[in-house]
Amino acid sequence: MKLSRGSLAVWRRNYLVWRKLAAESVLGNIIEPLFYLVGFGIGFGAMLPEVEGVKYIAYLAGGTICYSTMLSASFEALYSGFARMHVQRTWEGILNAPVSLEDVVLAEWIWAASKSFLSGMAVLLVAIALGLAQSWTMIFIVPLAFLIGLSFAGMGLVMTALAKSYDFFMYWFTLALTPMMLLSGVFYPITNMPGWLQAIAHALPLAHAVALGRPLLLGHWPEAPLFHTVVLAAYGVAGFLIALKIFRRRLLS
Amino acid sequence: MGSRLNASGNQPAPTLSVAVLVAKGIRKSYEGREVVAGIDLELARGECFGLLGPNGAGKTTTLRMLLGLSHPDAGEINLLGYPVPLAAREARSRVGVVPQIDNLDPDFTVRENLLVYGRYFGLREAQIAARVSHLLEFAALESRADSRIQSLSGGMKRRLVLARALVNDPDLLFLDEPTTGLDPQARHQMWEQLRALLKQGKTILLTTHFMDEAERLCDRLKIIDHGRTLAEGAPRALIAAHIEPEVVEVYGEGAGEWFAAEAAELCDRYELHGETAFCYLRDASVAVENLRAQPKLRFLHRRANLEDLFLKLTGREMRE
Repeated sequence: MKLSRGSLAVWRRNYLVWRKLAAESVLGNIIEPLFYLVGFGIGFGAMLPEVEGVKYIAYLAGGTICYSTMLSASFEALYSGFARMHVQRTWEGILNAPVSLEDVVLAEWIWAASKSFLSGMAVLLVAIALGLAQSWTMIFIVPLAFLIGLSFAGMGLVMTALAKSYDFFMYWFTLALTPMMLLSGVFYPITNMPGWLQAIAHALPLAHAVALGRPLLLGHWPEAPLFHTVVLAAYGVAGFLIALKIFRRRLLS
Repeated sequence: MGSRLNASGNQPAPTLSVAVLVAKGIRKSYEGREVVAGIDLELARGECFGLLGPNGAGKTTTLRMLLGLSHPDAGEINLLGYPVPLAAREARSRVGVVPQIDNLDPDFTVRENLLVYGRYFGLREAQIAARVSHLLEFAALESRADSRIQSLSGGMKRRLVLARALVNDPDLLFLDEPTTGLDPQARHQMWEQLRALLKQGKTILLTTHFMDEAERLCDRLKIIDHGRTLAEGAPRALIAAHIEPEVVEVYGEGAGEWFAAEAAELCDRYELHGETAFCYLRDASVAVENLRAQPKLRFLHRRANLEDLFLKLTGREMRE
């Protein structure tokens, strides 16, 4: 009860900042994937036969929802989170009020997921507008986007808790997120890769996200939905708990 | 929201005689180095208490422990009737904090900073709105209510930080170097505001590097160094207990020669630092007469002050 009150106030603080730039933010969320899907999907797709039975642009859309959400959650948890924790000392001010560090970190986690959720929804809207999503199963992409956000925001907060400066985040983006994007079946089927790379891919959270998002967008039920959901949630919760431990040592010692 | 009534069950809220803040034997070590080595504190309701010490003396660590943001290795803390760190969150709902470094929210206007901060205390929107207009007036920032933080002067920012610390109408204020970096006008204005708050019955715990500030504002103070208490008491009483009542400073050309030739004869206690001779005495009349007879020497005759005491107790070496 008390935990939620403090967290809600911190979440609302971040929301109020976002609202000031909401128009630009939403516009960016929509225009970027629109150009991307149309350009990549049509230009690249023209050279390809169907992929797994659909046009390439339709194949690409499901993966794009997942990885856009991933990137949005990561940027918010890493760069914006670090600004609030360290650069602007926003957390320091909040912690002098009757709000605990647990409240603050929980709020940051859910906030980053909320913001990335909007990003995911924007891509979904673009996909619908382009006629790529026609089945009721796409409704499940709504909760899925929030779950992907929680998963990557949780892991991202670990990086934020460890960071000494913004430069540190380059490691996470270039050594973790970029390879993950290429290995997780966003652009081509995982089965196109050699066996040992496929084995790695199956451990990556983004691969589990795509395994859910693509079939849901294309109108069929994913295989082993519960398993993929649990993996995504586990990455997020583990990240959050580890981050909280490091934040406690860093800020409350 | 926590209130003092809840803490003591059905009994009435603490009376005036009850200490607002009590700390006993608090200690804290970092990597084997003891930063706070057994500090006791007791603040009575309505007083201004100064915590003084050179950089690295343990002031900020002490404040963090009192607020429950850092757990002491040993000792007991009771803040407004709540054990800390156990019930630190409840205690902080009745405390206001002005941090050493401004941490105003750069994404917000003046008004929004107050509004958002009020929410952290779980105040209702209507309560906050009423409070905010009062605080804007108190901080003389009504005309800047919708300005962004970046456009404010240093003094305005500091006033806003103070106003923000008052959003929950706290009983106790923690002020960590509230006037560092301010120009004289802004410092005097800050002092006026702090006096007004004391008049309203608020209790203040203040850290500062400005001895004149401590002497003006504080009813009692404590000087600490290396995590230990060196002296505690009312400013004038402390000075009287440790320092001769009068001081003559001789400086500039010839001061060194004068010091070598005359200081032992004329002064009760004397020191030479760089080009300045410090002469501490019970009665300065003979020394002043001697100096008047030497028109080439420049000197200053004054009452002993808190800075003399501070330097005597903590030494004159530079601190990193």
